[in-house]
Amino acid sequence: MGIDLPLIWMLIIGFGVMMYVVMDGFDLGIGILFPFISDRAHRDAMVNTVAPVWDGNETWLVLGGAGLMAAFPKAYAILLSAFYIPVLLMLLGLIWRGVSFEFRFKADDAHKPFWDKAFMTGSFAAAFFQGVILGAYIDGASVMAAAQGTGDSMAWLTPFSLFTGAGVVAAYALLGATWLVLKTEGELQRRMIRVTHPIMIAILVAILVVGIWTPINHPAIAGRWFSLPNFWFFVPVPALVVLAAAGIFRSLGRDPHAGPFIWSLLLVFLGYSGFVISIWPHIVPPSLSIWEAAGPPQSLGFTLVGALLIIPMILGYSAWAYYVFRGKVKVGEEYH
Amino acid sequence: MLSFTALDIARIQFGFTITFHIVFPAITIGLASYLAILEGLWLWKKNEVHRTLYHFWTKIFAVNFGMGVVSGLVMAYQFGTNWSRYSEFAGSITGPLLTYEVLTAFFLEAGFLGVMLFGWNKVGPRLHYFATVMVAIGTLVSATWILASNSWMHTPAGHAVVDGVVVPVDWMAVIFNPSFPYRLAHMVVAAVLSTALFVGASGAWHLLRGRREPAIRKMFSMAMWTLFVAAPLQVAVGDLHGLNTLEHQPAKIAAMEGHWENVPGQGVPLVLFGWPDMDAETTRHRIEIPRLGGLILTHDWNGQYPGLKEFPREDRPNAAVVFWTFRVMVGLGMLMIVLALWSAWFHWRGCAHESRALHRFALLMGPSGLVALLAGWYTTEIGRQPWVVYGLMRTRDAVSLHSELTLSIAFAVLVAMYVVVFGTGIVYVLKLVGRGPGPHGLPPGGDSPNQRPARPLSAATELLDSPSSFQH
Repeated sequence: MGIDLPLIWMLIIGFGVMMYVVMDGFDLGIGILFPFISDRAHRDAMVNTVAPVWDGNETWLVLGGAGLMAAFPKAYAILLSAFYIPVLLMLLGLIWRGVSFEFRFKADDAHKPFWDKAFMTGSFAAAFFQGVILGAYIDGASVMAAAQGTGDSMAWLTPFSLFTGAGVVAAYALLGATWLVLKTEGELQRRMIRVTHPIMIAILVAILVVGIWTPINHPAIAGRWFSLPNFWFFVPVPALVVLAAAGIFRSLGRDPHAGPFIWSLLLVFLGYSGFVISIWPHIVPPSLSIWEAAGPPQSLGFTLVGALLIIPMILGYSAWAYYVFRGKVKVGEEYH
Repeated sequence: MLSFTALDIARIQFGFTITFHIVFPAITIGLASYLAILEGLWLWKKNEVHRTLYHFWTKIFAVNFGMGVVSGLVMAYQFGTNWSRYSEFAGSITGPLLTYEVLTAFFLEAGFLGVMLFGWNKVGPRLHYFATVMVAIGTLVSATWILASNSWMHTPAGHAVVDGVVVPVDWMAVIFNPSFPYRLAHMVVAAVLSTALFVGASGAWHLLRGRREPAIRKMFSMAMWTLFVAAPLQVAVGDLHGLNTLEHQPAKIAAMEGHWENVPGQGVPLVLFGWPDMDAETTRHRIEIPRLGGLILTHDWNGQYPGLKEFPREDRPNAAVVFWTFRVMVGLGMLMIVLALWSAWFHWRGCAHESRALHRFALLMGPSGLVALLAGWYTTEIGRQPWVVYGLMRTRDAVSLHSELTLSIAFAVLVAMYVVVFGTGIVYVLKLVGRGPGPHGLPPGGDSPNQRPARPLSAATELLDSPSSFQH
């Protein structure tokens, strides 16, 4: 048997999505946390912690979209037309966030509040609609019907998807807060430590609710998790969630630095793993597998050459950017 | 009076987002080459004026590049949201080509854009020049992928249709499809013209305000010389592109010319103006020059080419639209040649930097390159209708199945956002232009730690709202 191109592409896109969630997650989290911080100097410091990297972080989203079209045209067609409204609102949120990020630096004092609000709304909308898409994606069947014109074009809008929307907002807020614990000091850092506690409680509630709600709604997912011997393979996931949560609370208590952020990354990774376990090998749940959705091998092979050349470069370049801008950002440091 | 179907709204939305987007890459392509020339001249002649101009236009290039990236984000998803059935049918070809374009752009950002924008004081002059040249080449490579993808939709080749889905058979044939070389050349020259007219108008604006320093004069005359070469060249390239279109998409040519049927033994006239009526199958109120249409398109005195009546009604593009978009493009092209000749004549007389009439005309022509580019693009895309992939898939079979209501609301939100976001961006670019090249020619990006290649907008540090940006 030859190379399993759809599998390789699924790994590339899956990796890209995870990179995106983790990296843009804490950027968006900063915008989500803006309402809790009103001090101008603090806000500037928050934004400055991601100024060198946020745009690079968004790279993965564009690459994910183009890669999905190249490798899995069928899934790209079904998913994007089914999620037309939330995808559009997410993209507009991202544009709004990105542009206000830049114009915030260039605006005078009279206009800064406007761009601050735009930054908040954009970040919040992008995060929320990513969560809505996640929830609707898990509820695959009605969504696929909508894409084929036989269902409701608002099928994505359910109590479950609204709930996952809120869950993703909380998860990004956690990443943002713990990132700021890592990158700032003094009063701002103390505020971030304080705000992390209620966010963590919200996240644990969200994880619990989604963990119960999903298998009740989807017997197939319940079967995946709660049958033997699968159960024993997958039980480390919830166990590690408990461990990560404990790790965050413990590290917050003792003059924290990188600890809470690293534990948060683990927590988000576990959430992602749980999601992958639930839907694998489908790219459009509940029934379209990655092999059925894949484009012809000529397309996958042709694009793979470029991806394997350029993606390592992007990774190296991102790593370098994080390395150059390591260390704490000081409040009141003048950048512009 | 007007009632739009879901298909119409989807098309208008796509046209709207690309109209906003296309402006930025067009200027990016032109400015990148302009900057490579300026830096080359600086290294060669060590004349301060080239360095001053380089630093000035680098800032505008950076902001423009940033706007292009932001507006491009929507494009990567719109094929799926609005044209899902097209994506399913031809994603195996469009997807890889777009992915390569994205990879090219990221390669540029990761590699050379940072050195170009922020490395003037950090790397040697030769390495810096290399980075600038690579960025210029990179923008052309990006354009190549996009136009390969677009051309394939006009003149598909190198593929097979298996189980109702396109399968690429020969990638070289897909990329180098019959209309690709002409379309690429026509587009790149259009980008150069748009940039030259924009730079020329910037120079003219400062000349009109009484600034006469060498950088302003140099900016204006370089733009006019570029125009002098590129505008006639574009006529030749456009002619070749037209002949190629006649060979592969004859219905488009017939619609562009408002040509309905041939009279036996007589060359086709050129309809200068008129109103093509799709229902009555005639072009009303026409003013025409005998035989000239056939002469232009076949290079033969008795030349004939197919009229619209030779195509079934359901295969005809809307002649009323493309007839006029084509004339807007050609008309502006003629005015560009007038401007080029006028400025060359005044240069020869030695008064090109003093004539207010010339400067006013050049200022007025500032947006004409972009308007012509858009008009040309409307002509070719609307002229491809009713097909999305010519001869293979109809546009009505390509659109996602959304309701009119969904599409209308989405479109309204999109328009409001775009106007604020890109409106602000365009205002900022114009403010930078209005400020003019600084006397000191400061390189952008000293050592500020958050000026980053991944954020090209950070290369320009001027305030957005500050009134001082109009002082010089």
